[in-house]
Amino acid sequence: MSEWLTYNSLIVLQGVTLLGACSGVIGCFAVLRRRSLVGDALAHSSLPGVCLAFLLVGEKHFWAMLLGAFLAGLIGLGIMAALKRWTRIKEDASIAIILSTFFGAGVVLRSLIQQMPLSGRSGLDSFIFGQTAGMIEEDVHLITALSAGTLAIVALCYKEFKLVAFDPEFAQVQGWPARLLDFALMLLLLGAVVIGLPAVGILLMAAMLIIPAAAARFWTRRLAWMLLISAGIGMASGIVGTYLSATQGVATGPCIILVAAGLFLLSLGFAPKRGVIAQQLARRRDRFRLETPLGAGEEPAP
Amino acid sequence: MTLIAPTSTELHQAFWTIAVASVCSISCALLGCFLLLKRMSMLGDAIGHGVLPGIVLAVLLTGQITSVYILVGAMVFGLVTAILAETLSASTSVTEDASLGVVYTSLFAVGVILLSKYLRFAHIDLDCVFLGLLEVVPLNTADFFGLEIPRAIPTMLLMLFLTLAFLGFFWKELTIVAFDPALAQSMGFSPRLVNYLLIALVAGSTVSAFEAVGLILVLAVLIVPAATAYLLTDRLGPMLGWAALSAFSASVLGYLLRNIGGYSLDISGMVAVILGLQFVLAVLFAPRHGLAAQGWRNFHLSLRIAQEDILATLYRAEEASVKTYSLALKDHGLSTWVVWLAHHKLVRLGLLATSAAGLPVLTEEGRRLGQYVVRSHRLWETYAGAILEIPPDHVHAAAALVEHFIGPQLQDELASTLQEPAKDPHGKSIPPAQNDAPSAASK
Repeated sequence: MSEWLTYNSLIVLQGVTLLGACSGVIGCFAVLRRRSLVGDALAHSSLPGVCLAFLLVGEKHFWAMLLGAFLAGLIGLGIMAALKRWTRIKEDASIAIILSTFFGAGVVLRSLIQQMPLSGRSGLDSFIFGQTAGMIEEDVHLITALSAGTLAIVALCYKEFKLVAFDPEFAQVQGWPARLLDFALMLLLLGAVVIGLPAVGILLMAAMLIIPAAAARFWTRRLAWMLLISAGIGMASGIVGTYLSATQGVATGPCIILVAAGLFLLSLGFAPKRGVIAQQLARRRDRFRLETPLGAGEEPAP
Repeated sequence: MTLIAPTSTELHQAFWTIAVASVCSISCALLGCFLLLKRMSMLGDAIGHGVLPGIVLAVLLTGQITSVYILVGAMVFGLVTAILAETLSASTSVTEDASLGVVYTSLFAVGVILLSKYLRFAHIDLDCVFLGLLEVVPLNTADFFGLEIPRAIPTMLLMLFLTLAFLGFFWKELTIVAFDPALAQSMGFSPRLVNYLLIALVAGSTVSAFEAVGLILVLAVLIVPAATAYLLTDRLGPMLGWAALSAFSASVLGYLLRNIGGYSLDISGMVAVILGLQFVLAVLFAPRHGLAAQGWRNFHLSLRIAQEDILATLYRAEEASVKTYSLALKDHGLSTWVVWLAHHKLVRLGLLATSAAGLPVLTEEGRRLGQYVVRSHRLWETYAGAILEIPPDHVHAAAALVEHFIGPQLQDELASTLQEPAKDPHGKSIPPAQNDAPSAASK
């Protein structure tokens, strides 16, 4: 049973678990603010940053690539905000524009890198497609530090973030720096995306942010519980997905996503009150109550 | 750089590469306009990812990597993606963006696993699916009614034809659905049918564009030309035209610029970058909605307001026989340099002169214009007090803004409504009308 638990896979497990928790928590805020797809755009727009860092440093340097990804994502965020502020382009279109053009620039840079006499080019593709199994101890240390930092910030600013997530106008009126807090949430989102890139890759990072949060939404109406449940679902998908991928011999990223999708389906079906089954039952109960004459059988509704 | 005459094979290759790129990007760009208008831009991305299992299943079931079944499989999964996301957001509490995200990432993960598990040795290269290989497409030719053309061309032409037919046939419906789906519903036809046809076509075009531009850059040709066109025009027809032109020119330029610096760069990536640059140009320089045009309009407005404020301030100073005053106009919210520019313009127009003491004074013409502005201001204050019943201590601030937007006709209208009042609510006398008083703006 435990032959897959080698030292290396323990490291990978630690990485994906933390990553699951971190993106689960940050994803909640993105989903509540209806910005689920911004994470996707940020993940894609990091590619030119990663490639430029690679070109400048001349080798696969984990820190440099993370920094490049972060800066590219930051520029993408800035352009999105500017388009929203000064042009008639709507938010969905600006997400799509940033995503596709930045990714295009990244693809051009990548084709350039492939013709240069540089070493470690394969490290670049692990950023696009994700290579969980290739995580090394150093990467995990970084993920640990960054996730812990992210979670600490969320814990510290919990009240403020909650206010901004549900009612930014009210927060503004109450005198909170609502814009700044909103931007801080975006930065944390960007941070979560950048940490997750080497593990699950650009193409599947979006799922880690959206699916656990959307699933957690079925179980509760309270933000604190939603954050905890979402983090739990993220961690569980990470652990089970890594296990399945190690034993079944398929890529880790998609496996984690599929486990998360399975948990989402479970929540969709069986969550109390908001789940599909619970809602159907409630509807049937209502219909029964409406069709039954008063006093004949059931007590009247209070 | 030495110029070498291109051989006929090179020309042949160039022609077909550009043809492939432009045909698929034009049909995508046309459809993208509607996605953009209906605020469904990210649906293109979702469909682009969601079709992957359809493609893999089609290859698995037929055992061929180039067949019409791929197109069918992809179209089916494109529709499945859209319908699943719509159902999820309509029947549960999951928001639209989140349900789209959940559906397409899950389907995509299924596709990647199927691909890596069962087609590891098939000729589907992950790179090719994700990034596209426009360079290779023209080399993969087939015999088509005696013509040696790239295999991809017939499917792409078919999609372009279907797109054009769809646009021609449903033009009226599409216009209504794009701008006012509620009206469409109330007029008795289902926006749903047009919607699903649109989604099916997006899925088809996405897939036919797939091998050329890859999965993610399809989103670039879908949305970016549409966004550029949206900035250039307010009408649907011209918008489609601009989008198609943008897509075509980016395809040509992307091909021509593929060898910058002696490297052979990824052409589809280049196309996306050029589309991005075109969009930036449109954001900056679009005739009505561009930032430059907006800035120019704002600048002219503030210059005119500064001119009128200077004239009115001087007129009031003369009226009260004040000898010193400030032209800084800080409380008017105008920056110092705009006031400075306005001052110089007034001098140049002969509306201001300099007195012996070195102070600016009104010329005859300037006094007339100042009087006009002050008359507008005090008439509006009176109107606000008498008709709108706003207390006298609240009328000034609004009048200071409105005075710049009262034309001669409206001024006469106000005066006759108020029966030529002599005093405003503050007790100041309202200057009389003049025969031909234009506003400073007409200068």
